[in-house]
Amino acid sequence: MSTHKITTQKVDFKVFRFNADDDYLPYYEDYKMDVTSEEVVLDILNRIKWDHDGSFSYRRSCRHGICGACAIKVNGRATLACKERMNDMIELFGSELTLEPLSIKRAVKDLIIDKKDFWEKHDAIHPYLISDVQEHPEHEHLVTPEEAEELLEADLCIQCGACHYACPVVEINDDFFGPAAFAKAYRFEADVRDKAHHERLAELHEEKQGLWDCVKCYECAEACPKDVNPIDKITKLHQMLFKEGVATSNVATRHAVGFLHSIRKNGVLDEGGLVLYSEGPGIVKHIPVALRMFVKGKIVPPWGITKSKNLDEIQKLVKSSSTAKF
Amino acid sequence: MKKLKYALFTGCTAKQSTPEQMMSTLAVADKLGIELVELTEASCCGASHLQDYDDFLSLVLNARNIAYAEKHGLTMVTICNTCQLNTAMTKHRLDNNHELKEKVNVKLREVGLEYQGTSNVVHFLYAIIDDFGLDKIKEMVVTPLSQFNIAPFYGCHNIRPSELQNESHKSAENPYNPTSLDDLILACGGATVDYKEKNKCCGFHVELQAPHTAAVLTGNAIAGAMDGNADWMVTPCPLCHLKLDTQTGHASEAIGREVALPVLHMQQMLGLALGCSSAELGLKHHLTKVNFI
Repeated sequence: MSTHKITTQKVDFKVFRFNADDDYLPYYEDYKMDVTSEEVVLDILNRIKWDHDGSFSYRRSCRHGICGACAIKVNGRATLACKERMNDMIELFGSELTLEPLSIKRAVKDLIIDKKDFWEKHDAIHPYLISDVQEHPEHEHLVTPEEAEELLEADLCIQCGACHYACPVVEINDDFFGPAAFAKAYRFEADVRDKAHHERLAELHEEKQGLWDCVKCYECAEACPKDVNPIDKITKLHQMLFKEGVATSNVATRHAVGFLHSIRKNGVLDEGGLVLYSEGPGIVKHIPVALRMFVKGKIVPPWGITKSKNLDEIQKLVKSSSTAKF
Repeated sequence: MKKLKYALFTGCTAKQSTPEQMMSTLAVADKLGIELVELTEASCCGASHLQDYDDFLSLVLNARNIAYAEKHGLTMVTICNTCQLNTAMTKHRLDNNHELKEKVNVKLREVGLEYQGTSNVVHFLYAIIDDFGLDKIKEMVVTPLSQFNIAPFYGCHNIRPSELQNESHKSAENPYNPTSLDDLILACGGATVDYKEKNKCCGFHVELQAPHTAAVLTGNAIAGAMDGNADWMVTPCPLCHLKLDTQTGHASEAIGREVALPVLHMQQMLGLALGCSSAELGLKHHLTKVNFI
């Protein structure tokens, strides 16, 4: 019989406290606690409430990583409190841990935030199957395992908001849909039963939504407790836009396609040429900085670019491997 | 110690908008006795944008780049975080999917090449830390940077996605509390600045399509370093460098505060500590003047 030894360790917790009704500013409360190797982060939240301060507030429900209610931040890292083991947190960050809400500016009471923006954006992508439903179908609508795999586990999302509030663009641009909504959109776009395909895609492609404004920082991939990998789904949506012929010409789509042109011509990038191709007449706004860069030897004219050796190979591969159209 | 030898994938930026990065890479390699074989056949990595358009082509092109490193029988070192991401991502996908690897190799064989998966792909920063060693760097420092507070700026594509990144180098990096660049600063004799933007995004990849977002991110990063009392910043990524060094005007405007700090490439910082001249390190190519030399 194997024996499992429970160990105990002292941890200093700094816990975010704020009551929007009474407090002008948030503050941090310190708790020194003995943490056992069996505990998850949610156990600590419970013990703070039950043993120290009954007014301490946080969301919890299923305790099984399904409902998505208990996502918070531990030392800046999005964490599903019921899933993450304290031992792993201590291994990552040491024995001083700061517990905060997912988004400080949206804090309502302690670790509880107002997720209104998250739900509004989630709703905006039409997060449901759009299909003609036959009232008396003659047979089942079977989805093959291969077709289901196309969802790439985007259906595992539990709407906890961890990725949304880890995304730097969400913090800057109120119109930006955010990684969770885009991943959810992919989940339906990739579903063979969904018939809103082009319509939803075209809506996502609208500039305001910001499908093309993802900064590619991978914060969402890192934050997701269910390994949904939202940035991968954003990339898939980009590819889908081109594949389905929904992509229209804008600075972002030209920027993506511009790489192909550059590579075909030089193997390497023609940086100036790429900006010109992407921006079109909009290039004028870059001229002041470009001039300063030129003076400092940072701009190589098209005729000064050292092309890749064996460029013919690259050109052959572009010809034989490229399937995308624009 | 056996002489270290790598295949160098320079990426496009080092040959165009950040010539100082190429110069300082070669200067530092020379000082450390590291031999770099430049992969002159390499193409652009696609910079995560070609990947938005033509995923398969980007796999084929990156596999081709790695195939040339394999021909030399060498580990590939990158000097750009985004090159690192796209190349390592290609390697990861091909090494874990036999069918995809074969599909890519069908194309590569048309030009007489084959991707095998025998060469590792690692950023120069981690090659220096893991293979050369910081203790040895400390011994070789002739001009300790002891009078400087230096703010490390890690750049997303060296630390995230962490699962992928930690495949390529030995020293595991916590994306929420990275240490590699801090360790290099300390080895060079400098003091490190801790600030919350050090592992955040610089905004480079949306500079054209979302200029305001890009400028705010750049501004926040420099402001964070300034508030941490930094004398200058250092980064392993030439794309971050471009943002932090050349876009201070837009960044200041976007966040409503004048921000600017000299920003050095990781290789330039190391070069200064190892006694390279500012000419060797190309310090005159910066837009934000390197005012402390």
